[in-house]
Amino acid sequence: MTATGPQANDPLVRFSGVRKTYDGETLIVKNLNLDIRRGEFLTLLGPSGSGKTTTLMMLAGFEVPTEGEIELDGRSIRSVPPHQRGIGMVFQNYALFPHMTIEENVAFPLMVRGLSRAERSAKAREALAMVKLESLWRRRPAQLSGGQQQRVALARALVFEPQLVLMDEPLGALDKQLREHMQMEIKHIHQSLGVTVVYVTHDQTEALTMSDRIAVFNDGVIQQLDTPQGLYEVPQNRFVASFIGENNTLTGTVEEVLENGFCRVQLSDGHYVTAAAVNIAGAGAATTLSMRPEKVHIEGYGPDHVNRLMGTVKETIYHGDHVRIRLAVAGNPDFVVKMRFRPNRPQPEVGERVAVAFAAEDCHALDAPAESEAE
Amino acid sequence: MSESRNPLKARLRRAERMRQWKAFGLIAPLLGFLLIAFVVPIAAMMLRSVHDTELREVWPNVTEAIGGWHDRTQVPDEAVFAALAADIKASYAQKSLPTAARRLNYDLHNGRSLVFGTARKLPDAAENWTEAVISANQRWADPETWGAVARASGPFTGYFLLAALDRNRTATGKIVKSPPEEALFVGVLERTIVVGLAVTGLCLILGYPVAYLLATLPPNRGNLLMILVLLPFWTSLLVRTAAWVVVLQEHGLVNNALIWLGIIDEPVRLIYNEVGVYVAMTHILLPFMILPLYSVMKAIPPGYVRAARSLGATPTTAFVRVYVPQTLPGIGAGGLLVFIMAIGYYITPALVGGAGDQLISYFIAYYTSSSVNWGLASALGAVLLSATLLLYWVYNRLVGADGVKLG
Repeated sequence: MTATGPQANDPLVRFSGVRKTYDGETLIVKNLNLDIRRGEFLTLLGPSGSGKTTTLMMLAGFEVPTEGEIELDGRSIRSVPPHQRGIGMVFQNYALFPHMTIEENVAFPLMVRGLSRAERSAKAREALAMVKLESLWRRRPAQLSGGQQQRVALARALVFEPQLVLMDEPLGALDKQLREHMQMEIKHIHQSLGVTVVYVTHDQTEALTMSDRIAVFNDGVIQQLDTPQGLYEVPQNRFVASFIGENNTLTGTVEEVLENGFCRVQLSDGHYVTAAAVNIAGAGAATTLSMRPEKVHIEGYGPDHVNRLMGTVKETIYHGDHVRIRLAVAGNPDFVVKMRFRPNRPQPEVGERVAVAFAAEDCHALDAPAESEAE
Repeated sequence: MSESRNPLKARLRRAERMRQWKAFGLIAPLLGFLLIAFVVPIAAMMLRSVHDTELREVWPNVTEAIGGWHDRTQVPDEAVFAALAADIKASYAQKSLPTAARRLNYDLHNGRSLVFGTARKLPDAAENWTEAVISANQRWADPETWGAVARASGPFTGYFLLAALDRNRTATGKIVKSPPEEALFVGVLERTIVVGLAVTGLCLILGYPVAYLLATLPPNRGNLLMILVLLPFWTSLLVRTAAWVVVLQEHGLVNNALIWLGIIDEPVRLIYNEVGVYVAMTHILLPFMILPLYSVMKAIPPGYVRAARSLGATPTTAFVRVYVPQTLPGIGAGGLLVFIMAIGYYITPALVGGAGDQLISYFIAYYTSSSVNWGLASALGAVLLSATLLLYWVYNRLVGADGVKLG
């Protein structure tokens, strides 16, 4: 990214007040405001039906916003048809044209832009070399494996040097190992080309691995827009905490809001804990406490902490490098603690009463479930 | 020996054989039906187009004796004339002379009167049969007359096939074009192929958008449209053709509507000419174009056109460069189906076409049932079958058999 003009720091894409409904009754996207920075890798993450794909399709031009404005490079693209937006796109099912060779597929965006045959061929080979498939230019898509097809689709979306590339769950159809390999490859291509990527996925691991920033979608609303680390370490609400990574929840009531961003919470079984006040309504309000399994220790197996709760060991599961211990703690029968496995040390036994301990800053007090969805 | 050496292989063979027999047993009824109802009649028809024993059965002597006629520029020798005289008398007595007369009439101008006239004037006995026969009718002095007898003497002949291509053979065996007033069938074959191509083209132009609509509409409305497309299938072919007669006739719906709208002053001739044939045949064959196209289009994910659009193609370019090429198997299958059906169509052109618009199948029917010249009918059928197979072969070379997708 080169800071050549005054607008270099402006966002490349700006959604302002975008709403979308298909049937005039339910909103698929509710009041979306989102800035996409130049050169960043932004992931739209969310469960199916959360509005992330609709958002991508509105950006690509295949769906029209019911309300609101989308700007690309400072200009509204409401009346710009998809083929004039200059946005590269990679689809989940690859969408390679079956009647064309690999080279013709990659050269397609150049052909429709009127480049000469020689120029087309040279650029297409170059793009194929970038995804390490230059030797397969003469084949047909059906003769390639899924991973190879996806790389061709990637080369095709990048060959005309778009400033923005959209990817709609591009790795969804690949097996786990290949998917992980392709994640790194896409990330490296993004880094070396400096192109802006908007990536849609429902796989949180994929989002954490690849993205500069992640927008977590649920119910047509961005729940949190943050870096992978920010999302994982400080989830802003219950949905994000449970959707990203593993999570233990306890319910309680805020007793007292303390200085420097902490609060005291009385759990539903009467015990008190100190938690970071991330998203609470104030003293007396119901709250959900969220803790990562690896941030909780069983007393005697890790450092001591300010919070200490008693629980009963229900199950221990061996995972190679770590052990997962499921306990019943403060009314939650599925409270999981993740601890390093040490072959020489005794493990907590099933049925044993133990204390779990965790730091106040690792316990986030978040919004409470609405009355209707309380479990 | 080998079985004892490799019992596993023998067992496998036995197990497989059992399975194969079972499979064969299941398809045997269909195979038998096809053999009796399809293969045998076609083979019999092909045979009849080259097998010719009509004259041989009623005139055994002359058809035998003419085998010894070698110098085809001269009339045959006395023995052949004598055999002819004997055969004419014998067949006259057995009342089988009309059969011989009809067969020679195919090949000889006024062959019927030649045979009957000769039979009437032939003396009971003669010393020189050559003179006697020639004096009964001068045409027996022409080697070409004898050529026709030789060609009809069987048991195998190329006469019908040549006739079906407007060709015939001279007495010396040269193949020449028939005189223009007798040349008919090449023109008919050309017309049949032109009509077939035109109807195929019309079906494609009309059917492609319908198939596209069917494939892209949401299922509930798509199904309704599909029923409308299939509706003609549930109506008798004859009824549909008759309906076109009602609609297109001089005071039919179309003409009355056009006059009422003031577009024309007098009824336009829409039926019993080419217009009627094209309209009715296109309508009847349209579903055979729509259905293969639909099945191919249904299998094309909408993502391809979207991908093309996102890569910078205008809607038109995306359609022409990405969508249409993927429907080629459907275009091929539908086109082939419609074309093959069109060139064999009989009832519709027979009912709505004029005298000059009849297709080859009309002449096959005519020679089968009206003129009872089965040899020529079979030869025309063979020509039609060959033309169909030839076109299929050409198509196959161009598109490839795997390019055809029916259903």
